[in-house]
Amino acid sequence: MTIQSAKSGPTGVRIQLDHVSKVYPGSTQPAVDDVSLEIPAGEIVVFVGPSGCGKTTTMRMINRLSEPTSGKILIGDKDALSIKPTELRRSIGYSIQQAGLFPHMTIRHNVGLVPGLLKWDRKKIDARVDELLDLVGLDPGQYADRYPRQLSGGQQQRVGVARALAADPPVLLMDEPFGAVDPITRSSLQDELLRLQTELGKTIVFVTHDFGEAVKLGDRIAVLGQKSAVLQYDTPQAILANPADDTVAGFVGTGASLRQLGLMRVKDVELRPHPSVHVDDDVDTARNALAGSEFDWAVVLDSRDRPVSWIRANRLAHARDVASVAEPLDVVSTQSTLEDALEAILAESHASAVVAGPGSRYVGVVTLETLIEAVTTARADAGAKPTGHGAP
Amino acid sequence: MVGALWTYVTDHRLQLLFDSYQHVSAVVQSVLLATVIGVLVGVLTYRNRLAADLATATSSVILTVPSFALLGLLIPLFGLGVIPSVTALVLYSLLPIIRNTIVGLNAVDPALIDAARGIGMSRLDTLGRVELRLVWPSILSAVRLSTQMSMGVLAIAAYVKGPGLGNLIFAGLARVGSPTALPMALTGTLLIVVLALLLDAALVLLGRLTTSKGIR
Repeated sequence: MTIQSAKSGPTGVRIQLDHVSKVYPGSTQPAVDDVSLEIPAGEIVVFVGPSGCGKTTTMRMINRLSEPTSGKILIGDKDALSIKPTELRRSIGYSIQQAGLFPHMTIRHNVGLVPGLLKWDRKKIDARVDELLDLVGLDPGQYADRYPRQLSGGQQQRVGVARALAADPPVLLMDEPFGAVDPITRSSLQDELLRLQTELGKTIVFVTHDFGEAVKLGDRIAVLGQKSAVLQYDTPQAILANPADDTVAGFVGTGASLRQLGLMRVKDVELRPHPSVHVDDDVDTARNALAGSEFDWAVVLDSRDRPVSWIRANRLAHARDVASVAEPLDVVSTQSTLEDALEAILAESHASAVVAGPGSRYVGVVTLETLIEAVTTARADAGAKPTGHGAP
Repeated sequence: MVGALWTYVTDHRLQLLFDSYQHVSAVVQSVLLATVIGVLVGVLTYRNRLAADLATATSSVILTVPSFALLGLLIPLFGLGVIPSVTALVLYSLLPIIRNTIVGLNAVDPALIDAARGIGMSRLDTLGRVELRLVWPSILSAVRLSTQMSMGVLAIAAYVKGPGLGNLIFAGLARVGSPTALPMALTGTLLIVVLALLLDAALVLLGRLTTSKGIR
C-alpha cells in the first residue's frame, strides 16, 4: 500500500487518439475509421458498443497490440508510435477476459512478470507482489504459491488486475475483464475496481458490451457504433438523461431511470430519522420510544449502535424482552447505491432501507419518497444543463 | 536352457555391460539431437500452415522407410559404423517430436499469447517462457515414443557395424546350430527390452521433475 498511498491525486496520464484508423490487411473496409477521443488523466473511460464495432481494436491500438494504419496516439505527452512496442506495453497495465493467467506459473510468478521484465531485483518484486495481492484482497501467505487453476474465476480475475498493476503503470487497459464470471462475483469485482481506483487514480480504458457495467464504472462513457464511430462521449448521467440519437437510446435501453438510481449513492440523499432501541433495553423503554413517535416499528441496535434487527410495536406489547421479538434486518451502507436501497425497501415488510454509516453505526432510513425525490431532482438537473454530444 | 543363458551372461558380463552402455548412450544422444532439431523445426514452421504440413509430411515419409533399407541407403553417404546408425535414429525420432511440437504450439490458448504480448513480452520471451513451457509435456511424450522406437531400431544398425546390443543378436543368428547361438540372441533381445523400460521410467521421472505442478 505504501507506494500508492504516498501519492495524492491522479497518477494516471491523459491519452489522446487523434484521427486514428485501422484497416486490416486484405480488407477494404476500415475496422476503425477516423476516431478522435481525449481520455482525461485519472478517469475511467468505458468504450461500450455492440460486438464487432471495433471497440476492442480501438483499445488495442493504445498499447500497439494492433498497429494503427493512420493517425496519432499520445500517452501523456509521448507519441505511442515512437516507443518500442514491448517497452510501451510494460508501461501500460493490460487485463483481459478470463484473466489470461499463465497456468504453469504460480500466482507470485504471474503477478511478478512485468517487474521481472523490467529487471527489478528479486526482493523488490516479492515485496511488490505481496503488496498487490493485499491490495486486491487476496492473502499473499495463502495464495501466492498456488497455481491459477486452484483459484476461483473471481480470484483469478483479481490476480489479473494485480498483474496489470504490478509495475505501477499510469494507464490500465481492460478488455471485458469481468465478462466471464457470474453476476454476483462480477458486481463485487466492479465494486473492488472502483475502490482501487479511488486509491490509485489511474487512467483506465475499459471495454465492455454491457451498458449497465459502463454506467456503474465509467467517469465517462464513449458509445461506439460501426467502425468505432463515436456516437456519444459524455458522463453516464448525461447519456442516461439525454441520449444523443436513437441508436444510443436503443443501446441505453429501457430502465434508464432504474440505472440512474444505480448511479446515486445513499450518502447523496437526505436520510430520514427513525426511532431506534437498544437490544438490551427493557420492554418498557422500547414501548415508550415507539409510543412517542408516529411509527409502528423501530430499529434495534447492538451495544455499539450498529443496526442488527427490527421490532414491530404490536409484538412488543406481550414480549418479555426486546431480543425475543426482534426480526432479521438487511442493512445498506452510505456507500450503497439507491438501487440497492430500493431493493431493500421492496424486500422489507416495514418498507424502509435502514442505513449504517461510518463504523457501521445507525444513521437513519431511506424510504420510497426519498427515492422519488432524488430521481425527480436528477432529471430536472440534467434537463437544465446542456450536454455534449459526440467527441468534446 | 535357463542354465545356458545364465552361464553365457556371467561369462560375458563385461562385454554385455559395455554393449549395453553403448546402446543406451547412442539412443540417448540421438534422441537428444532429434529433440533439438524437431523442436526447432516445429517452432520455425507452426505459424505457417504450409510449412508445418510439409515438415510433418517429410518426417512421416522418412518413418515409412524400413529401417534395414534406410541403413543401407546411408552407407554410400556415411560409410559404416556410428555415424549412419545415429543418423537413422535421429531421422526416425523426428516425426513424433516435430508433430507433437506443432500440434501443441497450435493448441496453446490464443488468449495466453495475447496476454503475454499485452504485458510486454517479446516474441522470444513468449515462446520460451509461455508457449514451450505449456507444450513441454506433449514434447516429452514424443521423446518417450522416439526413445522406445530407437532402442529397437539400433539393434538393426549392427548391420552397418553400428554400436550396441544388435551385434550380439546378429552374431547369435549367424551361428544358428552352435550351442551359444540362442543364448547370445536371447540375451541381446532381453537386455534391449529391459533397458528400454528403464529408460522410459527415467523419462517419466524427468517429466515429473520438469513439468509445472500447475499443468500436470
